[in-house]
Amino acid sequence: MTTYPVLDKKDTRSGFGEGLLEIGKTDDRVVALCADLTGSLKMGDFAKAFPDRFFQVGVAEANMMGMAAGLTIGGKIPYTGTFANFSTGRVYDQIRQSIAYSGKNVKICASHAGLTLGEDGATHQILEDIGLMKMLPGMTVIVPCDHNQTKQATIAIADHEGPVYLRFGRPKWPVFIASDTPFEIGKAQLLSEGTDVSIFACGHLVWKALQAMEELQKQGISAEVINIHTIKPLDEEAVLTSVRKTGCVVTCEEHQRHGGLGDSIAQLLARELPTPMEYVAVNDSFGESGTPEQLLAKYGLDTPDVVAATKRVLKRK
Amino acid sequence: MTTPAPSDTHRSTAKSTSVEELKSIAGQVRRDIVRMVHGCQSGHPGGSLGCTDFLVALYFHVMRHDPENFSMDGIGEDLFFLSNGHISPVFYSVLARSGYFPLEELKTFRKIDSRLQGHPTTHEGLPGVRMASGSLGQGLSVGIGAALAKKLNGDPSLVFTLHGDGELQEGQIWEAALAGPGKKVDNLIATVDWNGRQIDGDVDDVMPLGDLNAKWKAFGWDVLEMKGNDMAAVLAGFEEAISRTGKGKPVMILMRTEMGAGVDFMMGTHEWHGIAPNDAQLADALKQLPETLGDY
Repeated sequence: MTTYPVLDKKDTRSGFGEGLLEIGKTDDRVVALCADLTGSLKMGDFAKAFPDRFFQVGVAEANMMGMAAGLTIGGKIPYTGTFANFSTGRVYDQIRQSIAYSGKNVKICASHAGLTLGEDGATHQILEDIGLMKMLPGMTVIVPCDHNQTKQATIAIADHEGPVYLRFGRPKWPVFIASDTPFEIGKAQLLSEGTDVSIFACGHLVWKALQAMEELQKQGISAEVINIHTIKPLDEEAVLTSVRKTGCVVTCEEHQRHGGLGDSIAQLLARELPTPMEYVAVNDSFGESGTPEQLLAKYGLDTPDVVAATKRVLKRK
Repeated sequence: MTTPAPSDTHRSTAKSTSVEELKSIAGQVRRDIVRMVHGCQSGHPGGSLGCTDFLVALYFHVMRHDPENFSMDGIGEDLFFLSNGHISPVFYSVLARSGYFPLEELKTFRKIDSRLQGHPTTHEGLPGVRMASGSLGQGLSVGIGAALAKKLNGDPSLVFTLHGDGELQEGQIWEAALAGPGKKVDNLIATVDWNGRQIDGDVDDVMPLGDLNAKWKAFGWDVLEMKGNDMAAVLAGFEEAISRTGKGKPVMILMRTEMGAGVDFMMGTHEWHGIAPNDAQLADALKQLPETLGDY
C-alpha cells in the first residue's frame, strides 16, 4: 500500500489559473474567455499578463462558446472559463454544434463542479456534466484530482488537438500528487496497488478513496486505488488489468450515478469482464446548501461510504 | 483567385464581375437550388432563392478567397459563415460554382454518404465550410470569434455572416449583438435576410421583431439597409458596408428579400420555406430560370 501525505491544501481552480498562466507564456496561440467569473476561475493573472488574448464576455455563456469556436479559425487555442453548470448544461447545444460537431479545438474549463461548491446550493452544483460531455462524439473529458494535477492537465490540453472538457472545483482540498508527477491524457494513474478490490475514482473523491484504502487496510482488506483522471477516452487496459486481479470494483465520483465515471467503467466491464461493482455517487438527486464536507457526508460520498461500498462488493465476489 | 488584402480597410471589392455576369450566375444557382431540393424531395428552397443574389455577389465579386486551396484557418482570406444553415442549397451551389468542390457533387445533396449534409457541416470535410450550422442563432458568435482571431493575427481580411430574420428570435443572437460592438469587432459584416417569413408564417405573427434597424443601432452596430434581390443594389450595399469597416463598430446589413425570389409560385408565402417541388412544379420553376452555365 502506498500512502499519500498531504502536501498542502489548495483549490483545484487555482491549479487551473496557474496552469493557464504558464501555458500562456509558452504558447501564444492560447487565448482565454471568461463569463464574468475571472476571480472565481483564477483567470486574473492570465488576463493581466495577456490582455490582448483575454476576452471578458460578460454573463453570456452561449456567445462565449460560439466565440471560442470562431477563435479556433485562425489557429487560436481558446480556453473558456465559467462554472461547470454554465459550461455544460446551459450551453449544451452550442458545444454540440459549434464545438464538438464542428471539430473545434476549444478547451472548456469548468470550475465549481459538484456538491463541493457548497453553500450556493443545487442551482449551481451540477452533477450531470461528466455525462453530458462524455456523450459528445470526439470530446475528451478530464477530471483531475488535486491542485497540482489540475495545473498539469491545464497545460497538457493545449497540445491535445480537439475539444476538451476539463472539470475542477471550488474548495481547498488536500494536495497529494507531487508537482513533478507525469500526467498523460488518457492514462490512468495507479496510486496504490492492492489485491482485494479495485477502487476507481476521479476528482475530489480520489482523496476520499485513498483515505478509505487506509481504513480498509486496518481491517485487513487490500484495496487498489486508481485515479481515472481521464474519463474519456477511458484507459480500458488499466481498468481491466486491475479488475482481472481483484475481481470486484468500487467507483467514486462527485456526480450522478447515472452517466458518470461509474457508468463508463460498468459499460466496459459489461462488455469485456462482468464483475460485481458498487457506486459511490449521488443517487438521482439534486444537492443543497451546506459545507463541502457536510454535503459529501449527507449524499454518501465520504470516506465511510467508500469503505461501506467496498464491504458490500466484497460480499458479492 | 486570391487578391492580396490591402492594409487599408477602405478597400474595394475583390473582383470586378459585372452585374450582368452576376445575374447570369444567380439564374443558374437558382436552377441548382430547385433541382437539388427536387432531387432529394427535401430541403429549403424559399430562403435559398431569396439569398441567391447576396451569396453570388459575395462569392463571385466581394470576397477575397481561394477556393482551390481551401484551408480551415483561412489566413489572409475573407471568411463567410452561414448561420441560417437550412439554406444550404444556395450555399452548396455557390461553393461548387466558385470552385470549392466538383459541381457533380451537388447531385448528392441530402443523400446517404454525401458531404452535402442537410445542414452544412465541417464533419464530412466539405471544402468551403468552416462551421456546422442549422441549430439557429450560433453563427454571429462564431463570426465574432473568427474576426477577433483575424485581429490577433494582424490579418486585415473581413468576416461575413448571414442570418435569417426568424433566427433573430434566438437569445444567443442578442448576446452576440452586445459582444460585437463591446469588443469593437469592426472587421465583421453581418447580414440579416429580412424576408419577413419563417416556417410557421409571417415573422410579425410568430414573434414580431419590431424596429430592427433601431434595435441593432441601439446595440451599437453600424446599420444599413439593402435591397437583396436587385444585383446592382446588392453590390452597392456591399461597397457601402465595406467602407464602414475599420471604424470601431461591426456593420449590420438589413437585407430586404423575397422568400422564393425567382420562382413565381414560391413567392409571397412562407409555404415554400422547407418543402420540395414535385415534377410538374420543378418543370414550371425551370421554365422561369434560364440555364446559363450548364446544369450539374
